[in-house]
Amino acid sequence: MQVLVCVKRVPATGARITVTEDGQRIETRNLGFTISPHEECAVEEAVRIVEAQGGEAAVLTLGPAEATEQLRSALAVGVERAILLATDDEEWDPRATARAITAAVREQEAAGNAFDILLFGNESADSGGYQVGVRVAHALDLPVVTGVKGLEIEGNVARARREGTNGWEVFEVGLPAVFTVKEGINLPRYPSVPGRLRAKKKPIVESRPLNEGGGLRKIRLVLPPEEQTDVEILGNGPDAAPRVLALLKELELV
Amino acid sequence: MTMILTLVEQNGGELNSSAPEALTLARSLSQATGKPLAAVLLGASAAAAAPALAPYGVEKVYHVVHDGLDAYAPEAWARSVAQLMAQAQPEAVVAAGTDRGNELMAHVAAMTDLPFAANVTEVQPGSPYYLTRVRWGGSLLEEAELEGSPALLSVAQHALQPQEAASPGPATVETFTPELDERAFRVRASEQVASHEAGISLADAPVVVGGGRGVGSEAGFALLEELAALLDGAVGGSRVVTNLGWRPHADQIGQTGTRIAPDLYIACGISGAIQHMVGARGSKRILAINSDPEAPIMAKADYAVVGDLHQVLPAVIAEIKKAKGL
Ligand SMILES: Cc1cc2nc3c(=O)[nH]c(=O)nc-3n(C[C@H](O)[C@H](O)[C@H](O)COP(=O)(O)OP(=O)(O)OC[C@H]3O[C@@H](n4cnc5c(N)ncnc54)[C@H](O)[C@@H]3O)c2cc1C
Ligand SMILES: Nc1ncnc2c1ncn2[C@@H]1O[C@H](COP(=O)(O)O)[C@@H](O)[C@H]1O
Repeated sequence: MQVLVCVKRVPATGARITVTEDGQRIETRNLGFTISPHEECAVEEAVRIVEAQGGEAAVLTLGPAEATEQLRSALAVGVERAILLATDDEEWDPRATARAITAAVREQEAAGNAFDILLFGNESADSGGYQVGVRVAHALDLPVVTGVKGLEIEGNVARARREGTNGWEVFEVGLPAVFTVKEGINLPRYPSVPGRLRAKKKPIVESRPLNEGGGLRKIRLVLPPEEQTDVEILGNGPDAAPRVLALLKELELV
Repeated sequence: MTMILTLVEQNGGELNSSAPEALTLARSLSQATGKPLAAVLLGASAAAAAPALAPYGVEKVYHVVHDGLDAYAPEAWARSVAQLMAQAQPEAVVAAGTDRGNELMAHVAAMTDLPFAANVTEVQPGSPYYLTRVRWGGSLLEEAELEGSPALLSVAQHALQPQEAASPGPATVETFTPELDERAFRVRASEQVASHEAGISLADAPVVVGGGRGVGSEAGFALLEELAALLDGAVGGSRVVTNLGWRPHADQIGQTGTRIAPDLYIACGISGAIQHMVGARGSKRILAINSDPEAPIMAKADYAVVGDLHQVLPAVIAEIKKAKGL
């Protein structure tokens, strides 16, 4: 089984977001970087599929050179090789992103590395476009199931499970296929020290696609109006309990 | 470019709770462009929802009928919408920003190779469209230009107040029959499995007791369970506790978990990261219990108790039991 998983480098914002003066990006001076929890689960799922079925998992990102950090994290938990589609640290819109990923997959195919399974996050952590995986699937003429929270592979068929309006919806599709994954599908492992060491030696191939734009152009980022709350301190420690009860009574919850 | 087309989700003839939001934003586009508001209903049983569309100013309903469309098949549904778009030539296509709405629009966008803006809160028509959409699950907004005709967009959930039209539409129904081959049905739900979870669902619970890293262990959640049971509420948690395996992911509140909307959210040992708080936004009131008076959640809560939750919760539980005569 050849599995590709696509991840996007994003700032690990904490208690609040600050936007740079020009409104073009999140102020990241004091921040680390990460990928979406959905994508962390997609990476874990790729590794599990390969562990169960044999084959190899590859990870791909479109982003700045610094995104090798996110690629290495995936390589540290069992992915074998990485593809960096290097950009000038500007964000690409979802249509342009999908186009570049599609071209990279085709190139891999042409080099004899066809994928049986392509995994994406259901939505990216920052932009939340809800579309890159679906676009890539259509461009490659592959079936796609979104929002997947359970995946079983049997031979050439995948059974994908997701939450529907009235319980679980189950989809059966033939491979090759695309799945967009939601957090909860698995519990990702932490990288081991030997895993991190091995990751340093695993190959990252780099290319530099051209951004032709995709028709959704960011003008600026703005913070939503802050909901100011006046906090009422009910007290310190267990002595506050009677005031908590009074509040519960006032809200008619007791 | 003849109309504003809205994709309407329904269940057994009843509008999905997000449909009025999509219809309201679509109607604002209809008013700004002077083009009539139309809606799409998919599947035989969906026709029953047509009368519910008139109050929102819908003048025309396309009822899409095909043998295969009664069960949800995303590609076939999207293919039907794309064919209807080719015939009806809408100015814009609008869906609700639900899982299904965003999925359908992504398929439509991919099939037509048009740009698509998900989770929009405000929009001005034109060439290009000028819009505001949510990022980071709602913690950040993006102003953007959207090219392409028709303009494809979905409406962020809970971002605008649904409003009925001043003058209801006639909502005349026209049947549309798409041409769909086998391939369009290669992805279809083969099975529905009812979920077995008993008790009150986190999303609908009137009281939620949430736990974070401060709870300290899986066993530590017994206190939260007890408090939730006394208040007829549900237990939830932060991503830290689901990642540590203390709670299942179904209990996670936040950007990549469940969005809650209780009368009271009691957040215990949770720091208040934006990705967590964005899932608790629907809470009417928040009570934080935290040992750190400087924790960010203290500034985002309505009420706070500063202290160790392992001491505060037993005292609160004892008070409630006393009050209830237990
Ligand atoms: C893209 C993305 C998506 C994310 N999605 C989610 C999501 O859906 N949901 C989510 O929750 N997080 C999400 N996160 C993670 C989020 O950023 C935080 O890391 C997480 O919410 C922190 O959890 P916490 O508050 O339990 O832990 P911490 O931040 O470690 O806070 C623990 C708190 O407990 C307090 N405390 C410690 N001991 C005690 C005690 N004995 N009594 C009382 N208080 C005590 C401390 O003072 C502290 O405030 C996401 C992150 C990213 C990057
Ligand atoms: N720059 C990128 N590089 C690699 N994968 C991406 C990128 N942007 C989006 N994706 C993938 O597409 C998914 C959906 O993204 P989006 O359509 O932006 O919500 C993400 O979860 C990733 O798996």
